[in-house]
Amino acid sequence: MARITFIQAIFDGLIEEMERDPLTFVLGLDVTRGTFGRAAGFFERFGPERILDMPLSEAGFVGAAVGAAMAGTRPICEVQFASFFYCAFDQLCNQAAKLRYMSGGQVRLPITFRTRCGAVGGAAAQHSETVYPQLLSVPGLKLVMPSGPADAKGLLKSAIRDDNPVVVFEHLALGGAREEVPEGEHLVPLGKAAVKREGKDATVIAIGAMVPKAIALAQRLEAEGISLEVIDPRTLIPLDEEAILASVAKTNRVVIADEAHLHGSAASDIGCMIAEKGFDYLDAPIKRATAIDAPVPFSPPLEKAVIPGEAAIERALREILG
Amino acid sequence: MDIGKELVLEMYRKMHRIRNFEQKIKDLTTAGEIPGFAHVSIGEEATAVGVCSALRPTDRITSTHRGHGHLIAKGGDVARMMAEIYGKRTGYCKGKGGSMHIADFSLGILGANGIVGGGIPIATGSALAAKLAKTGEVTACFFGDGAANEGTFHESLNLASIWKLPVIYICENNGFGEFTPTAAVTSVKDIAVRAKGYDIPGYVVDGNDVFEVYRHTSEAAARARAGEGPTLLECKTYRWEGHVVGEGAFISGKYRTEEEVARWKARCPIIALEKAVLESGMLKRDELDRVAQQAREEVEAAVQFARQSPLPEPSEANEDLWI
Repeated sequence: MARITFIQAIFDGLIEEMERDPLTFVLGLDVTRGTFGRAAGFFERFGPERILDMPLSEAGFVGAAVGAAMAGTRPICEVQFASFFYCAFDQLCNQAAKLRYMSGGQVRLPITFRTRCGAVGGAAAQHSETVYPQLLSVPGLKLVMPSGPADAKGLLKSAIRDDNPVVVFEHLALGGAREEVPEGEHLVPLGKAAVKREGKDATVIAIGAMVPKAIALAQRLEAEGISLEVIDPRTLIPLDEEAILASVAKTNRVVIADEAHLHGSAASDIGCMIAEKGFDYLDAPIKRATAIDAPVPFSPPLEKAVIPGEAAIERALREILG
Repeated sequence: MDIGKELVLEMYRKMHRIRNFEQKIKDLTTAGEIPGFAHVSIGEEATAVGVCSALRPTDRITSTHRGHGHLIAKGGDVARMMAEIYGKRTGYCKGKGGSMHIADFSLGILGANGIVGGGIPIATGSALAAKLAKTGEVTACFFGDGAANEGTFHESLNLASIWKLPVIYICENNGFGEFTPTAAVTSVKDIAVRAKGYDIPGYVVDGNDVFEVYRHTSEAAARARAGEGPTLLECKTYRWEGHVVGEGAFISGKYRTEEEVARWKARCPIIALEKAVLESGMLKRDELDRVAQQAREEVEAAVQFARQSPLPEPSEANEDLWI
């Protein structure tokens, strides 16, 4: 197994799937130039017929991906930053998400949307948002949030093979993260959480870039004799409720760490699910470590004040560890 | 123009089918028998039929909230359409779509659409798929004058132009965006001139002349299949009825004159077709009457089918979301 970066892992997955299915193609802004990393020879390998640079027309090309999928292809549509989805919300939420259902199941929509999200330092409010909370209440989209290179490859490959519209959120802060990634046929199923670290005193359910923060915290607290379990849902829709509830049943305490803004966050949704289905397991209130309800500001100390770090997870934990 | 007697009769049949279907929808909605919003296209039949008659069965269309006519013109089954509009399980979408969301992918009908301008990028993507897969299909994209002011119209024409996509943009200009006259909210007299901004051909077409619409669409389809890219056709027509059936209950005052409506009714596209073929001697009155009678009977049968069909079970609300 090679130790490679998140971006390399994504491109490995992309190349393998494009070689596997000639009806896959990539469309998006600057995709032939690869503004956020590009595997050597990617464009040369597939050429201009399968890697299509789009104009700055998010509504236009997100909608074109929908139409192309309806007409039998398997588009991989790149939306550079998740906030740019707002320019294409009709095409994503009214069209991609609903057309199969509204047509009584007549059509397949095998579209993978790749997008980048999250705060990475000084990108300000229109390039730092998570955006997936807005999509949690749009039935018809699967939402994927890898936290490291191996999952990124395995989840992306599963997303591309899925016959439903799937949005893969790649957190910008994870782009350079390295780990060992299985070569070739490495598939991570959608809807299956991962236990990233086993523990017994409390569970941290961590989403995306919150996973490495939760693991770092767990390592630090180990010296104090506190044992944290870290669960990564990996996909928000479908959500592996069973794995989450099993961990809460074991530790009886839970913090949900999510970079989204507090209101309407995935943390809120998961917390509510635990309250409804796992109330009897709990020895303490459910806690959320999220961004505060302010747009992500530009200046580094302000950004740090809004985005939850290791300290925010720790604060929430201390309140319930007793 | 090379239009044989069989094709003309087929055009006439479909125009009558649309007229009868829409009149029925209007009456049944007014009577409270059909739930939801009904947008009918009486008076606009020549555009739907002229376009779809020039397409192959494997070609695709996208449609709009005022889409019954487009679907019938592309071969949609009026019984399954009617059942869908009644919210019945036997409808095209098992009652999940209703009037604004009917689709039949087996006929290349990628769906009506409840969002103005929503279908334009979808048609563009459908054409992109045809180009990538080299399958030779053309996509015809119906939209109204109102949609020509949506961003998706402009984004899509630019995309289709740079990639020379096999798509025909059909702007069905019926004079109104909801209740607002097109001229009051549109920068140009003819939407067709917007084609210039995207370096593609654009034509103003008499949308009430089925033969003119057919001729222009045939030429645009030939261009598209030859790899020469998209065309914008602005078909000028008129909405005889309101934006939505029953609008009188919530619209205060009139937004057009009786004279204007009467002027357009005098240009009825069905009567125009009859006049042309009777004068040329291509068809006789009794041949036309027979077809018109059949269309009426088909729509009656569709209503009976819809009435007798079962409603969906509540548990079916959970089906058809995922594959």
